[in-house]
Amino acid sequence: MAHHQLDTQGLLCPMPVIKTQDRIKELAVGDTLEVLASDPGVMHDIPAWCRINGHTIVESSKEKRLCTILIEVCDS
Amino acid sequence: MAIQRKAIALLSGGLDSLLAVKVIQEQGILVEGVNFYTGFCVEGHTHAIRKKDEKKQKRNNALWSAELLGIKLNIVDISEEYKDIVINPKHGYGANLNPCLDCKIFMVEQANAMLNKARQLAAEGGFDFIITGEVIGQRPKSQRKETMPIIARESGADDRLLRPLCAQNLPATLPEREGWVDRDKMYDFSGRSRKPQMALAKKFGFEDYAQPAGGCCFLTDESYSKKLADLWSARGEKTYEIDDIMMLKMGRHIRPAPHYKLIVSREEGENNFMMGYRKQYPSIKITSHSGPLTLIDGTPNDEDLLYAARIAGRFSKGRMEDEMTVEITKLGGVTTTHTIRPMRPEEVDQGWYI
Repeated sequence: MAHHQLDTQGLLCPMPVIKTQDRIKELAVGDTLEVLASDPGVMHDIPAWCRINGHTIVESSKEKRLCTILIEVCDS
Repeated sequence: MAIQRKAIALLSGGLDSLLAVKVIQEQGILVEGVNFYTGFCVEGHTHAIRKKDEKKQKRNNALWSAELLGIKLNIVDISEEYKDIVINPKHGYGANLNPCLDCKIFMVEQANAMLNKARQLAAEGGFDFIITGEVIGQRPKSQRKETMPIIARESGADDRLLRPLCAQNLPATLPEREGWVDRDKMYDFSGRSRKPQMALAKKFGFEDYAQPAGGCCFLTDESYSKKLADLWSARGEKTYEIDDIMMLKMGRHIRPAPHYKLIVSREEGENNFMMGYRKQYPSIKITSHSGPLTLIDGTPNDEDLLYAARIAGRFSKGRMEDEMTVEITKLGGVTTTHTIRPMRPEEVDQGWYI
């Protein structure tokens, strides 16, 4: 179980979602992925994508213009 | 035991594709969605950039639709491959630079490639057909009775392409002939009226759905298309990079000479977003007064940059002053400070606005 990070700052939705989706395809069940983003739309879109595809949001936060979302990769 | 049939749905996030999926789900078909990102999608971008839209809902409607339907959604970035569709549409443009028919063919073709790949990998476990929310007569360029077979044929999907909302107006497709779906449980919608879709939405209990008037693509927008046409004209060729099409979505675009234009931010959100592009474009920052960030696209010389700074000054708080101080940063990052006389509003030629 490894921890990974994905920086999508500067990208607008849906690109952070696409990058997250493509990265998670490469990860193993139990791995965690921390996504950094500047588009506040990720606070809705990435949790929605995770719910649809069966992954878990461990935590999320937004400080000023930086959004951080921690995802646990599940067996979907 | 009957084979579980599966379909890929083109899910735009609008009402029609939402309904098309639901109609097919009701017939026991397992559906997965695919949504294509072309770079011209309106959704989210302007809201994410502009400060005044900060409190507006920023949901992605395709994701929202997929969640409502309980289906998986694959979002695919086709922005690079899509350039050829925009630059060279076989079937031409619509009212603006919208290549709607080529676009639909391309998207169905992409879905068909997914279908074929899944069928190769999984044989009977793969996808059996493709569904779209198309309605005959709904869109003047791409959704007409005569374009429906063109899309099916040129995408390669042929009779594996099913349009549940208007299926009864079209020849029977493979899923109907094979009995995977019941033609009588699909619809015969046609024309531009949205009333049948709204009634069906009510029947399914969908109360909150996206209504993208005029489509969800910047290319259907007259003002955006003018800016893209100007870009091609100024460069002498029909090409673009993804950053170009992002820039066309924001700021005032002012072209005082054929070889360069100003992109002047209109508010704080655009200013913040454009700050991220200062390494890719020469920029002008007004330091003596409050004012917008300006990026310069093209090949300006030193004299042009000073002239552009005077135009940028027109949009600052000091527009009626005799002097103001600006920083001009060229590509490569060298910044110089200048004192300029801002143009008065009447000095900025209306013909320069794109």
